Amino acid sequence: MSDLDHFTASRRGFLGLAGAGGAALALGTGAAQAQKQRTSARILILGAGAGGAAIANRLADRLEGAQITVLDGKQEHWYQPGFTLIAAGLKPASYATSSLAGWLPRGISFVNDYAAELDPEANRVTTTGGQRIDYDYLIVATGLVLDWDAVEGFDLSMVGPENGISAHYASPELAEKSWHALDRFTDQGGVGMFGRPATEMKCAGAPVKICFLGEDIATTKGNRAKCEFIYNAQAQNLFGVPVIHHRVRQIMDERNITYRYQHVLKAIDPGAKTATYITPEGEITDAWDFINVIPPQRAPQVIRDSGLSWADKWVDQGWIEVDQQTLRHARYSNVFGIGDINGVPKGKTAASVKFHLPVVEDHLIAEIAGREGTKLYGGYTSCPLITRIGRAMLVEFDYNDNLVPSFPGLIAPLEELWISWLMKEVALKATYNAMLRGRA
Amino acid sequence: MEDFSFMTLLAVFEEIFGRGLFWTMVAVAVAITLAYLYVLIRDRSMSMRKFLLAQLSMPFGGAAAVWFVMIMTSSGFRDIGGPIDWIVLLGVFVAGAVGFAILVYVAQSLIRGKAPEA
Repeated sequence: MSDLDHFTASRRGFLGLAGAGGAALALGTGAAQAQKQRTSARILILGAGAGGAAIANRLADRLEGAQITVLDGKQEHWYQPGFTLIAAGLKPASYATSSLAGWLPRGISFVNDYAAELDPEANRVTTTGGQRIDYDYLIVATGLVLDWDAVEGFDLSMVGPENGISAHYASPELAEKSWHALDRFTDQGGVGMFGRPATEMKCAGAPVKICFLGEDIATTKGNRAKCEFIYNAQAQNLFGVPVIHHRVRQIMDERNITYRYQHVLKAIDPGAKTATYITPEGEITDAWDFINVIPPQRAPQVIRDSGLSWADKWVDQGWIEVDQQTLRHARYSNVFGIGDINGVPKGKTAASVKFHLPVVEDHLIAEIAGREGTKLYGGYTSCPLITRIGRAMLVEFDYNDNLVPSFPGLIAPLEELWISWLMKEVALKATYNAMLRGRA
Repeated sequence: MEDFSFMTLLAVFEEIFGRGLFWTMVAVAVAITLAYLYVLIRDRSMSMRKFLLAQLSMPFGGAAAVWFVMIMTSSGFRDIGGPIDWIVLLGVFVAGAVGFAILVYVAQSLIRGKAPEA
């Protein structure tokens, strides 16, 4: 689950932390504790990332007697919003890793394995180890898979300063290796290639951020003149939300970053140090000294094989067919989705997870109680869009491409601000952790 | 904002510093405040001499707070962007200055005891 860099959960909390604590404290009234709902329902949560761990904690808090099972084969939890900071040399790899099991509540059952088969008709999941888990309600929070093989000629073993290849989405360790590649590039100079895939992706701001950070680091080192920065956008814009696209374009113009539209990375040749892009005019091949690779992103194969995916949308990606507002599956009413896996137009960020959680919790508990849920998700997605070390823009938007600032009149969404950086650097991980524990 | 509350804010602070350190810091702040009230009640008045030194120490406390925040967040004065940044910076300075002044006043009062007013 999760996302790379976008996230702003308790944004007023951040403001309080950043200096106006008194004002923020005055807002607090204490969370109303809902009465526990008794049930014997079997609830299966697929995935223990940001969405899976958080909903497990929230449900354990709200339900009494429920049999909650969390299924995830990983040992480590990754704080993915930290990957950009690691790839910019600001944090070590360990900043983003923790024990996965440590985030889960007591009183549930954790199965440390992956799903091999999911049958929503029979309400059953079979693990790779052969264990069969029957459920009454299923919460799909698997996150997505990064399709590295889709980039021809690329392999994760190539990441590092020797080849000048960065892949900061891959893992905390590879984000750190990516930093060494960026560090060398900004020392020695040359052509740096950045860009994003043509599929839906988590944190669409992260490809832009790492480009801005690289430019800033080169400038700080006094090596900007010998570094060229090229950003390759997959579409006819630099960001899907028009007003943010224009702001990003303006900053790239100001900082002399070249941008090219409709350039999708197809292949790289690490020996020749070239990259091939698909463009409307056909394929082109360019030389680079540094390249940041972000691959196409898709639903895990077990989900794509399960019949939960949209049949007529994102057919090459397999996101699940949930209602945009209730996040409930369109065909299987006992199935909900949280996070990256959801087939909705926006929302592949941890900040979106923060807003998915109360909606899924509300509809699931209402269903158990024999009521109708009322909470709706409006597409909220946000991103402290880092423009350099020390500054960011706190962009927040919804399904309608409207800006939905949390602090209108206080924190301007399209202004490069120190306070937005403080939120990213100090308060984000804390808020994320609080969210995982079901407390934010 | 979804589910924002005072409890959320406490949870975030606990995550930033760790539960033990956060509540230790809260306890220290409360202890200093109580000590301040104690010396005020004990002395039945503000000592202007101690208060002068406390005031003179304020810029150092403020500067130290700003320096601490900048170091901890990999940022500097060049990153100050809009008005809200200046307000936050000022807030950090004032918090550091006031906190340090109270600490200096309390420390003098406790170490030197009740001094006769000049």
